[in-house]
Amino acid sequence: MLACGALVRELRAVLTQEGLTDSVEVDYLPAPLHNRPDRIVPAITERLASVATDRPVFLGYADCGTGGLLDAFIESSEHQITRLPGAHCYEFFAGSERFLELHEQELGTLYLTDFLAKHFDALIWQAFGIDRHPELKALYFANYKRVVLLSQSGDSAVLAAAQAAAQRLELTFEHVPTGLEPFAIPIRLALKTHITERIWA
Amino acid sequence: MSDDFDDIDLALLPDDELVKQMHDDLYDGLAPEILEGTAILLDRGWSPDKVLNVALVEGMRIVGIDFRDGILFVPEVLLAANAMKGGMAILRPLLAETGAESVGKVVIGTVKGDIHDIGKNLVAMMLEGAGFEVIDLGINCDVDKYLKALDEHKPDILGMSALLTTTMPYMKVVIDTLDQKDLRNKYIVLCGGAPLNEEFGHAIGADAYCRDAAVAAETAKELVNARRLRTAEPAGPSVA
Repeated sequence: MLACGALVRELRAVLTQEGLTDSVEVDYLPAPLHNRPDRIVPAITERLASVATDRPVFLGYADCGTGGLLDAFIESSEHQITRLPGAHCYEFFAGSERFLELHEQELGTLYLTDFLAKHFDALIWQAFGIDRHPELKALYFANYKRVVLLSQSGDSAVLAAAQAAAQRLELTFEHVPTGLEPFAIPIRLALKTHITERIWA
Repeated sequence: MSDDFDDIDLALLPDDELVKQMHDDLYDGLAPEILEGTAILLDRGWSPDKVLNVALVEGMRIVGIDFRDGILFVPEVLLAANAMKGGMAILRPLLAETGAESVGKVVIGTVKGDIHDIGKNLVAMMLEGAGFEVIDLGINCDVDKYLKALDEHKPDILGMSALLTTTMPYMKVVIDTLDQKDLRNKYIVLCGGAPLNEEFGHAIGADAYCRDAAVAAETAKELVNARRLRTAEPAGPSVA
């Protein structure tokens, strides 16, 4: 498994829950790629170059802003690759149906996951230059109305961090607990299929 | 770009150095300095058009190149654009007074389901800087909104932008609708946005994919000129 570094805690939790920690080798790419989708496919390509092509690979990525380039890579790869479903982490954490509802409720929504709430300062406030140039806040977020925390753990510190982020952005706040199940379903399915195939091979 | 933190009196600089300094100030996103430099050049008798092209558009072109090359990032480009916007605000009424003919007309908007407009706003500004009349439809534009604007403004170009993988396919909905209504050939269609690429542009039937604002302005000029040349070409000799 090769996954986004923003998913470390959640993946560990799912693999433990499924009893798969000893069956799967997990590697991560840096979480800041979340802000640089153009670099995701090259980073994955480079990391998989040293992985034997007969080893099935599960990518802990959705499309993640690659505009279909990740799927094109998966299709053309010599590896047998499966990825997480959907467009981005908000969708696979919330589940597609729930995410679509949230999106239709309010287009101007900034979604935070546990990871993004905890690292809001580094991945949004500083990475977008708002710490150095507060005037940029209005340029980035003028069309946003609310922050939605899609929480995986229910950790009160995460909730507080997300509320603080909404306050700094001067947006309303909503909390949508997702737990891990929508995220766990495709992983369970893909990994157990791969493992079964290898046992019978 | 500048490492010299001493205050520079822009008014004391000769024209060529002032323009170079303005390029540096634009690069550094210094809006007040751009306002001052713009005013100084106008006071010295520069035409609004010359100030726009030589000082501002050229400065933004340099910013665009360094963005493309990964030297500058979005925050720096936004600050530069914000500085240019200040200069444009001074020049816009003066350019209108001179009655200069626009290079062409563009209707531009972010597609349905998408509220992201940073890139689209940059493109609109660079198109305006390149001499286009720009009608900005804003965000979350459905096909009816595009069609209504095309009918009302009769532009040369339709520009569509999207930041989300989930919203970019809507561009094809718009292009297919133009096709169905036999309107596709009336307009040059440009598309852009972070998750898009050249292949996607071809696949949806756009005339061009523009990877950044500077490329969008260059492409718009090229395609409008090419279309005008084509329509101006005399008909070939008839064969009896």
